[in-house]
Amino acid sequence: MTKGFVIPRFRLPAFVSAIGVKLPQWPHALALTAGLNVAVKMNLLPEDSLALLENRVFFVEVLDTGGRACFTYRDGLFRPVFYAPEASDLTFRANLSAFMQLLARQEDPDTLFFNRELSIEGDTELGLIVKNMLDAVEWPQLPKLPIFRH
Amino acid sequence: MLRDKLPELICPAGSLPALKAAVDHGADAVYLGYKNDTNARNFAGLNFDQKALTEGVRYAQSRGRKVLMAINTFAQPGRVADWQAAVDGAADLGVDAVILADVGLLDYAKNRYPDLRLHLSVQGSATSYEAVNFAHREFGVRRAVLPRVLTLAQVELVIKNTPVEIEIFGFGSLCVMNEGRCWLSSYATGESPNTVGACSPAKYVKWEKSPGQMTTRLNGILIDRFGDNESAGYPTLCKGRFEVNGETYYALEEPTSLNVLEILPEIAKIGVAAIKVEGRQRSPAYVAQVTKTLRAALDALASDSERYHVKPAWQADLAKVSEGNQATLGAYNRPWR
Repeated sequence: MTKGFVIPRFRLPAFVSAIGVKLPQWPHALALTAGLNVAVKMNLLPEDSLALLENRVFFVEVLDTGGRACFTYRDGLFRPVFYAPEASDLTFRANLSAFMQLLARQEDPDTLFFNRELSIEGDTELGLIVKNMLDAVEWPQLPKLPIFRH
Repeated sequence: MLRDKLPELICPAGSLPALKAAVDHGADAVYLGYKNDTNARNFAGLNFDQKALTEGVRYAQSRGRKVLMAINTFAQPGRVADWQAAVDGAADLGVDAVILADVGLLDYAKNRYPDLRLHLSVQGSATSYEAVNFAHREFGVRRAVLPRVLTLAQVELVIKNTPVEIEIFGFGSLCVMNEGRCWLSSYATGESPNTVGACSPAKYVKWEKSPGQMTTRLNGILIDRFGDNESAGYPTLCKGRFEVNGETYYALEEPTSLNVLEILPEIAKIGVAAIKVEGRQRSPAYVAQVTKTLRAALDALASDSERYHVKPAWQADLAKVSEGNQATLGAYNRPWR
């Protein structure tokens, strides 16, 4: 749980997403997959769970920034996908604050889901695998940013 | 009230970070299970492999906390050896107790490991002192977890008539509470906690989003429909809204959370040995929040039981992580028997 710094629940003004959706989306997918691949390289993600993600397509949308990222996992690496997200196996949608609270382990995904702040669509079992995989990660000491402190 | 008379706080661990969160925030013991169907939270990606178990047991025990291993499903035909192997593994690891439901497995554990402490799981569905005493006499069970169907007066009656320690649920999602005897999930999917270790397994669940609403189906059966601003619940049959005699409502049970903060002094007074928090399927954030709050409440009770009162901040913290919009005392304060 976060000590000291607590990420508040907020929603960015509508104009942010209005602009955001018009911007190129590939940098999001590239940044996200690069981050995930660091976790893979550091052996933070269990191999048995990773194997279940092979060739599945994931779509993440940050509603109030308009940011979207589509990616897959293949041959040991997360890779950006540049086609329509309609083909995704699993979709996560939430506002930026909810994603930040999740990453900082300040909020529980079930809580956000019950409260309808996090939307998960698609293959439910795949969603559970991803959720439990991220929950089981023992983040190393590197997160020194306040939002990662817990 | 002395600390040693306080009920122990038993917290859920579905992963190593959750175990550490429980220990760091004041759990007296954690309960956990293997990554397979020998426990009733056999969800994809959840639970402990050997490496995580070894580290988890070390982390908890080196800090003076206990580790309880749940092996609380029923051995399936032709696969009894898998359940016995789980007991062997737990004994090898040096856990502080195993939580069992299957009488065959209780018998195996008692004969094979006479020094291993045995707890009767809630899935064992012992609701009377006769049932609890039977488990004590036949298998040397030292603690029993009572299903959530008893009133507090009935819990007290059990405690007064048994040498076995009694553990009850203190916080978490409620289901129809007929633990160990519920087959609703099997009715819908052919699989249930007793058989595969999961209620309403995720592979049968579909969340369908359409403009203005979300629909939940379990193996094709319509469970519920939520408007965009309505809270959602777990997709189990018992929490669905169904049409009965022309009315659509929670025909079996409304999604609620159990919360015993209000009756904590009575629970301690009648001699409950331990309070269990539900939720091995929840994340480390949930475990940290709930453990911290219940620890604060128990410590407040220990320091001055006369002046114990429920702080609004505790209730607010627990309400946030609850399923459903309401917290209840469950059966504990029901007038009926």
